[in-house]
Parts: sequence; C-alpha cells; structure tokens
Amino acid sequence: MTTPASRKLWLGYAVAMLWLYVLLWPLIGIKPGGLEFATSAAIWAKLAAISAILLVLWQLKQRGVFDFVSRPAEAVSKALGKATDRVPTRLWLVLAFACAVAFPLVTERYAHDVAISVLVYICLGLGLNVVVGMAGLLDLGYIAFYGVGAYTYALLSVHFGLSFWLCLPIAGAFSAVAGCIIGYPTLRMRGDYLAIVTLGFGEIVRIILNNWMSLTNGPNGILGIKPPGAYWWQDGKIEHIWLGSLEQFYYVILGLAVCTIVAVYRINHSRIGRAFEAVREDQTAAELMGVNTLGIKLLAYAMGAVFGGLAGAFFAARMRFVSPESFTFIESAMVLAMVVLGGMGSIPGVILGALALIALPEIFRGFELYRMFVFGGVMAMMMLFRPKGLWPAKRMGARSEERD
Amino acid sequence: MEVFLQQLVNGITLGGVYALVALGYTMVYGIIQLINFAHGEIFAAGGYMGVILISWMVAQGYPPFVCLGVALVLAMGYCALLAMAVEKLVYKPLRSSSRLSVLLSALGMSIFLQNGLMLTQGVYDRAYPGEMVQGGFEIGGAMVSYMQIVIVGITVALLVGLNTLVFKTRIGKAMRATAQDKTMSALVGINASRIISLTFAIGAALACAAGIMVGMYYGSVRYDMGFVLGVKAFSAAVLGGIGNITGAMLGGLLIGMIEVFAAGYISSEYKDVFAFIILIGVLYFMPTGIMGENVDDTRV
Repeated sequence: MTTPASRKLWLGYAVAMLWLYVLLWPLIGIKPGGLEFATSAAIWAKLAAISAILLVLWQLKQRGVFDFVSRPAEAVSKALGKATDRVPTRLWLVLAFACAVAFPLVTERYAHDVAISVLVYICLGLGLNVVVGMAGLLDLGYIAFYGVGAYTYALLSVHFGLSFWLCLPIAGAFSAVAGCIIGYPTLRMRGDYLAIVTLGFGEIVRIILNNWMSLTNGPNGILGIKPPGAYWWQDGKIEHIWLGSLEQFYYVILGLAVCTIVAVYRINHSRIGRAFEAVREDQTAAELMGVNTLGIKLLAYAMGAVFGGLAGAFFAARMRFVSPESFTFIESAMVLAMVVLGGMGSIPGVILGALALIALPEIFRGFELYRMFVFGGVMAMMMLFRPKGLWPAKRMGARSEERD
Repeated sequence: MEVFLQQLVNGITLGGVYALVALGYTMVYGIIQLINFAHGEIFAAGGYMGVILISWMVAQGYPPFVCLGVALVLAMGYCALLAMAVEKLVYKPLRSSSRLSVLLSALGMSIFLQNGLMLTQGVYDRAYPGEMVQGGFEIGGAMVSYMQIVIVGITVALLVGLNTLVFKTRIGKAMRATAQDKTMSALVGINASRIISLTFAIGAALACAAGIMVGMYYGSVRYDMGFVLGVKAFSAAVLGGIGNITGAMLGGLLIGMIEVFAAGYISSEYKDVFAFIILIGVLYFMPTGIMGENVDDTRV
C-alpha cells in the first residue's frame, strides 16, 4: 500500500482524524471541574478505528482483492435482476398489495402502530416528492400543509361534528388553498430563496397555531376528534360504527396511501408531469417551449399540499388530538430526508425511504437519541456518494446531456 | 418615550448580534451562492464553546474580563475550524454538482451538527456563569446594562475589524475578486479554494462571537437556538442585499430593531413572525435588498 494515491489517502485520513479530535475534545473534555481526556479519547478512538477499517476495505476493494466474491455476486444479482424483470410489474404490485393487506392479520398491535406511521409518512413523502422530486422546488415548510389538514379536520369535527370522509376533501382543498397562498408570492423566487422562504412560512403556520388561542387552543391542542366512521344503509336509515381500532386505521391509511401512489404515478406520466420535469431541468427552456412555468410550479405546490392535507386529516383522526408540537421543522426535514434518501422523483424510492426512516429506528430503539444525528449525516453523505438516492427515478423520455 | 428609548437600546444590542451572524451568510452566499444552513448551528456551537470555556475559567478563578476575552478568542478559533471542516467535508466535493444537492447537504449538515450538540451537551438549557458583567446605568429613563455595553462594544470592534480586513488588505481584495469572478481571479493567481475556506472561517468566527454574546445576554444556550436565529440572520442578509457586507450589517441592525419594536408595540407572541414576513416581503418586492448587489439569475 505504498502507491502515491494510497499515501495521499492515509495522509488525508491522519489529518482528518487530528481535526476530528480537535473538534471533539473541547465539547466533551472541558468541564468546570477540570480538563478530561479519557471520554473523548475513547469516542475518538472508536470513530478512528471504524473509519480506518472502512478505508482499508475500500482500498482492498479498489485493488480487486474481493473480486472472488464480488464477481460471482454480481453475476447472481444480474441473473436475479433478469429473472425479476421477466415477471410483469403488475404481478409485483399485486404481491406487494396483498402483503400490505395481509399485514395486520399476521402481526400485533405494536407493528400496526409502526405500519400506520410508515403509511402516513409515505403519503407525506409522495406529496413532497411532487414538489421536490418532480418540479425541483425545495420546500422546507411542507409540514405546514400537514398541519393545515390536521387542524381543518380537528376543528370541523369538534365544532360541527362533520364526518371524516366529508372532511377529507375539505382538508385537501384547504391545504391546496394554503399552498396557493404560500406559493403565489414565493414561487417567482430563485430556488434557494424558495427554500428559506418556505421554511419561514412553515414556522409562521406553527407560530400561528401556537398563539391563536381562541381558534386552535394554542399549545394545549384540540382534544376529542372523532375517528372515521363506516356508514351503511339499513332499514331505511343510516347506520354507522366508528373505525377506532388500529387495524381499521391501518386499512383506512392503506387506502389513502394507495390512492396517493396511484395519483402521483398518474401525474408523473401525464402532460403535467412532463411539464414539472421540464421546469425542473431548465426553466428558461421550458418557458420557451410554451410551459406556463409559474402556473406549473403553483400547481406542483398545490398538489403536494393536497396530499399533505389528506395525510394530516388522517393524522388528526388517528391521534384524536392535534397540537402544534407535531408540526415542527424537524418533521419537514424528516419527510425531506425520506425523499432524498429514497431518490427524488421516484415513487418506490420514497416508499423505501419512509420504511427506512420510520421502521428502522423502531427496530433500533436503543439508538433513539441518535436518530436525527444519523439522518442529518446520511442526508449530507447521500449527496456526496449517491445523489440520486437508493432507488433512483427512471427518466421519462430522452433528453440531451444534463448540465446540472 | 422611555419605552421607546429602552426598545432602541435593546434593538441595537440584538441587531448587532444579528448583523454578526448575517455576515457569515452573506459572505458565503456572495462567494459560492450557497445558503449555508449549517451557519446557525455554528452560531449555537459558539454559544456552547463560550459557556464551556467561561465556566471552566471561572472555576479556575480568573477575573471575568480575562475569562470573556480568552473564551471569545478560543471559541472563535474553534468555530472557524469547525466551519472549515464542514466546508472541506461536504461543500467542496459538491462544488460542481447541482445547487439542490449542495443545499440538501447543507441542510443535512445543519441537522447533524444540531443533534451533535444535543448529544454532547444535553437537551436542556445550559446556563452562563451569572457573575460575568453586572450592573448598569440609566439614560433618559432607559436602563442600559454594562452587559449591553460590552456586547455592543465587541460587536462594533468585530465589524470594524471585518471591514478593514475585507476592504483594506490583500486578503480582502482576493476575497472580493473571488466573489466577483472565480475563473478570472484564479487566472491572476488567487487560490479560490483557500479563499472560500477562509470565508467560511471568518463567517464562523463572527457567528461564534454572536453566539457567546447571545448566551451571555439571555443567560443560557440551547442546542437548537441556531435555527430560528439563523433564519432571522439570513433575513437580515437578504434585507441588506445578499452578498453585500455593509448591507448585512445594516440589515442585521434593522431586523433587530424591527423585532424588538414589533414585540414591544404589536405582539410579543408573534415576534418571530415579523422577521419571516420581512424576508418574504423583501424577496417579493425588492429581491436585491437595500444595498442591492450580487444578484445573478442562476437557479437551483
């Protein structure tokens, strides 16, 4: 390992580790009682050892030491890929759907709860995906629409006793209106300004929810929201039961998620979807080709908001309680992390991202504290090593070399 | 009138702090057109380094002003190193990729640093040693604490120092040249990488000083305090005209004043909203800001 390249690599490693220690030690080691080195050195040694091992493995891989494993593995995965390609996509979809339907029958309460969260986040992720992935508008206040949807249903249910199913479209419509109100002044801005302005709007919505005591009951939230009902016609009058159990919630949100998936898929393949992509890739060119860019961006924004609002209404019904606590910036960042991790613009990617970010931490419960820490790091690293995400989106149509 | 004067004093104190943080945003944006989301976290890290160093030195029995001075210098150095590390690690390799990627990795870095602070320092407020600077005096009915004098003094010194650095020295000239045209400045022998790194370091050092002063002013620091303050400082940078150093100072002062007066005369619950509304209003009606400069039509 004495090629100039590897020497440079290890020199870089040494400098980086020195740097890391200098940054780590003051945070941990300086106590009012005195200076301490043991704890920080222990953490540092672990990090250094892990990264050294990773570097060695990477170097060995570069030199082809693992070829005897990786070559056959690659061949197997290629063959598998070919075999799975032969199975029609529809069959996979039916299989996945059947598994999703059967899921509550073979699992217990805790798993239902996690599955419901995953599905809610899938809806949110897909909605944000329309804005960020398809239209390329970075929205950091997406959770505001989730909040609008949730509060719409909460207020209508508590004050007017309206049914969930009636409120669902109303929540979607309110969110769309909110999306237009927020989108209209902001969407003319340059992309990176848009990010910070949407962040500002997200915070404004949260602060309003927190302080408008007469309407939202402030930080105490709204209690006593009704779950969705199931209605039928019997003996000349309408009968109903409340869908209050976890399984029933699961099926409601599964239905909502499937509708969202189908809708987003259809949007992606429509003329509008193409227009989104055109705006994302090159706004000037899109405008020249006759795309109404402001209109299209507004549409993307409103559509994303609708999905957020629907998920929000469900969230309110599921929790039977809403408070501004649930709609913080961290939630927006989390949904964004899902989209980025899964692959911007990719529907299966977003589903994978939601699974990874919601279900995995449930498995590693002991590391709960480290969750956002790891997400942040992963998000930054993804951009370096795999900017297109775990399951990159398939490009629609052909296009010239892309510049950025 | 007394209330007005009092608000004015508070507004100047707060505005100076915003100006210091806004400078980091504006300098980085001016040179590589990136909203450095992690900047707010650097500010918070500065506040923590301040509390860590000052607590330690107070426990060793040094006099308060020595503690403050030494802590300020050391913490600024620390934050400069931190910002340079962040820049090297995630921004530099992405220099040629799309702006959306860089923005996302900046956001990821911000979450990473914020939670790193939480993990090492805990989720609760960490209090500054109380006996640092006490007392104050009265002018026309308004209370001015010595703490505020110290804060304004340090802020002014740092702002003057930065102005001298940027407009009077060779390094400053190189920075301005790089911000104007990277290729041309590289052709005349300016090492753009080094200048960008330096810009991050300077911005971080200023944010760090702001963090320490906010910590002293309010008495405590919290791991997530960089988020809202970061957005406000960015609003200040936009208000002044992004990329413009004098503009950022002016914008910071204005945002601080507006916030304090709005909290005093309109509503203190909604005080955080005003900065956002100004940000949106400025971007909509006057996207080049007050001093207007450095607005190119590049998009994410």
